[in-house]
Amino acid sequence: MCLAIPMRLVERTKLLGTAEIRGVRRSISLMLCPEVEVGDYVLVHTGYAIGTIDEQEAEKTMSLFDDVLAAENER
Amino acid sequence: MSGEPFFDRAVVDALAARLARVSDDVGRQVTVMEVCGTHTHAIAAAGLRGLLPPGVRLISGPGCPVCVTPVDYLDRAIALGRRSEVILCTFGDLVRVPASRSSLEHERAHETDVRIVCSPRDALAIARENEDRTVVFLAVGFETTIPGIAAAIAEAEADGVSNFLVLPGGKLIEPPLRALMEDDEVGVDGFLLPGHVSVILGADFYRFVSDEFEVPAAIAGFTPADVMRALVAIVGQIRDGCARVQNLYARAVRPEGNLTAKALMARYFEPRDDRWRGLGTIPASGVALSPAVAWRDASWIPVDPGVPIEPHGCRCGEILKGVIEPRDCPLFAHACSPEHPVGACMVSSEGTCAAWYRHARMAVGGRA
Amino acid sequence: MRRNGRILLGHGAGGRLTSELVREAFVPAFDNRFLHTLSDSAVLDTLPAGRPALTTDGFVVDPPVFPGGDLGYLSVCGTVNDLSVAGARPLWLTFSLILEEGLETELLDTIVAGAARAAREAGIAIVAGDTKVVPRGKADRAFVVTSGLGVVPAQRELDDTRIRPGDRVIVTGPVGDHGATVLGERHGLQGDELRSDCRPLNALLESVWSSGLRVRAAHDPTRGGLATTCNETAARARARIVLDECSVPIRQETSAVCDLLGVDPLYLACEGRAVLFVDPADADDLVAALRRHPDGRESADIGWVAEGAGVVMQTRVGGEMPLDLLSGMDLPRIC
Repeated sequence: MCLAIPMRLVERTKLLGTAEIRGVRRSISLMLCPEVEVGDYVLVHTGYAIGTIDEQEAEKTMSLFDDVLAAENER
Repeated sequence: MSGEPFFDRAVVDALAARLARVSDDVGRQVTVMEVCGTHTHAIAAAGLRGLLPPGVRLISGPGCPVCVTPVDYLDRAIALGRRSEVILCTFGDLVRVPASRSSLEHERAHETDVRIVCSPRDALAIARENEDRTVVFLAVGFETTIPGIAAAIAEAEADGVSNFLVLPGGKLIEPPLRALMEDDEVGVDGFLLPGHVSVILGADFYRFVSDEFEVPAAIAGFTPADVMRALVAIVGQIRDGCARVQNLYARAVRPEGNLTAKALMARYFEPRDDRWRGLGTIPASGVALSPAVAWRDASWIPVDPGVPIEPHGCRCGEILKGVIEPRDCPLFAHACSPEHPVGACMVSSEGTCAAWYRHARMAVGGRA
Repeated sequence: MRRNGRILLGHGAGGRLTSELVREAFVPAFDNRFLHTLSDSAVLDTLPAGRPALTTDGFVVDPPVFPGGDLGYLSVCGTVNDLSVAGARPLWLTFSLILEEGLETELLDTIVAGAARAAREAGIAIVAGDTKVVPRGKADRAFVVTSGLGVVPAQRELDDTRIRPGDRVIVTGPVGDHGATVLGERHGLQGDELRSDCRPLNALLESVWSSGLRVRAAHDPTRGGLATTCNETAARARARIVLDECSVPIRQETSAVCDLLGVDPLYLACEGRAVLFVDPADADDLVAALRRHPDGRESADIGWVAEGAGVVMQTRVGGEMPLDLLSGMDLPRIC
């Protein structure tokens, strides 16, 4: 029930911002995530930032996938 | 962040192999319910079903606002739309959903002003631009969407936009999950929990699934690797006989969720009993506007929505609970098809029946 | 009248205003000897040898001006391309307008200039046209209806019934750009590199037809996109088409718009691409030949024809997804 896309916040003015993904920009509301900063990755759903992406956690997940791949190759 | 491992074929293959081994260890077929319409869509788009071992049965649950919006909600929306001063603003998802006698798509062809929006803010902007009209925003969605609607209401309040009304149709995820787990007919061994609802509600929210009902669960993201990883974890829990709620979408889901969003939601909405297409009435499963903004509820506008016509013979409720499969429904592929959907499960292009219909036609080489 | 002016009902009435419009707007822009006669019909030259090909199309794009083109440019390209994919050399087009009273003449000028530009690029002449004006509210700014006449040289046979299992599916560039651009414009999405792929393809395709490569058929995947075109082809060919997700070129801006709106780029219109079905032995040569042409630089082999029916995609993670005909339009979704 939730199409939400990770986008990078490239500009903000009070509670409005511009977020970008792969060269496409969209105006979004920051009312649900007022603490975000320019440069953060946010999840955008129906024109609102609903949360931020924790890059460290993202890295952890990606390296977990690397481990899964390595383990499988060793079998 | 290139994110490529999330769509990497070798990674997905490795996870599928792991899933097959864990499934073998379990030794019987298990049923995992994915609750979120977006998961249903993501799984179909990646073709993941075909990669699952025979011991893992994946069914789609009631987490799709399109599928579960009851007929009388749409009947009222249509009746409102027929008033000349009303502009109906809706997400695209609702446009082709069949109501008792019509649909928003058909109404549009009959002069009703229906505008597709991608955000409640778009509806608010339309209200600002059309001061002589009344905008009725069809406020459907789960806890991912409701805070945004609350935010739009907050903006309307702050700016005194008095022609912005909503028809509340939002639903809460906890009551149907409880209802499913309390229902003896339902045989679900594990839950794939919705990733983005969880961004709002937080991972801790789902403790009741393991603590009260002892059902294994995992909060998952939407990429193919995310989904496969979560399935491995859930089936692993089944094998080990444990029941925890694992947060496997930690990059987006915090234990406490989004406090600002939850506060806004609580400020402008309160729970109420609500009807679900195919599942009947579930207590405290929907939301009404809170008293301070109740005047923005378009339900007070006097219209005659007509008598709701529930589809006869439709067995969506049982399909949504995973009790039967689409082919067990007498309407499937006869009276009920994607071009002429009768029930919830065929209405959404990713509903269980719609997905079956497409895949089944491919398997038998289908008519072109 | 011309700058900052508006189209009046009188411009469609056939009298002085109409005549003024034709002389000041259309004739100079489309500039050819057939048009200059301003007669009831354009009497053309003898057709070159071959079978005549005739097509017609209506164009109702919203917004009428978009990154990469406009209603006029789109109309001419679309008509030229319909002829080209059928194997015809496009020669002469008609260009008719239905205008809404109150349309800014500046917008009309843009549309006409766009059509003229496309005509020059394609090397065709717009030889006849018509203008009607309807009262305010009865049309959305401007609609265009065209027809196009071309000639298919002898020995050139393009037909879906010639497609056989084993044939390869080739696309001449990234898909979904036009549909994503106009959808993006309507929903407030901007991108510096987000633009329609609208182009006349007759030069590109002539180079293919004259190459001697065994192309069975070609289509331009306009409304409904690549998936819809493949469905229609599969039905006519009584075959199954399998597409490889990893091979289908999609520009990142187009895929971003699709992710944001929840639509599938395979169902969005292309207006400057062709899909070709070719003997497998000639597939590599065809891709190479296309890539030598400026309008085919990103051509790719994206799949193959098999026994059976329907269209299916092999996903990038090794799964399978049916690509059915849509029940309606692919609408933006939140779920």
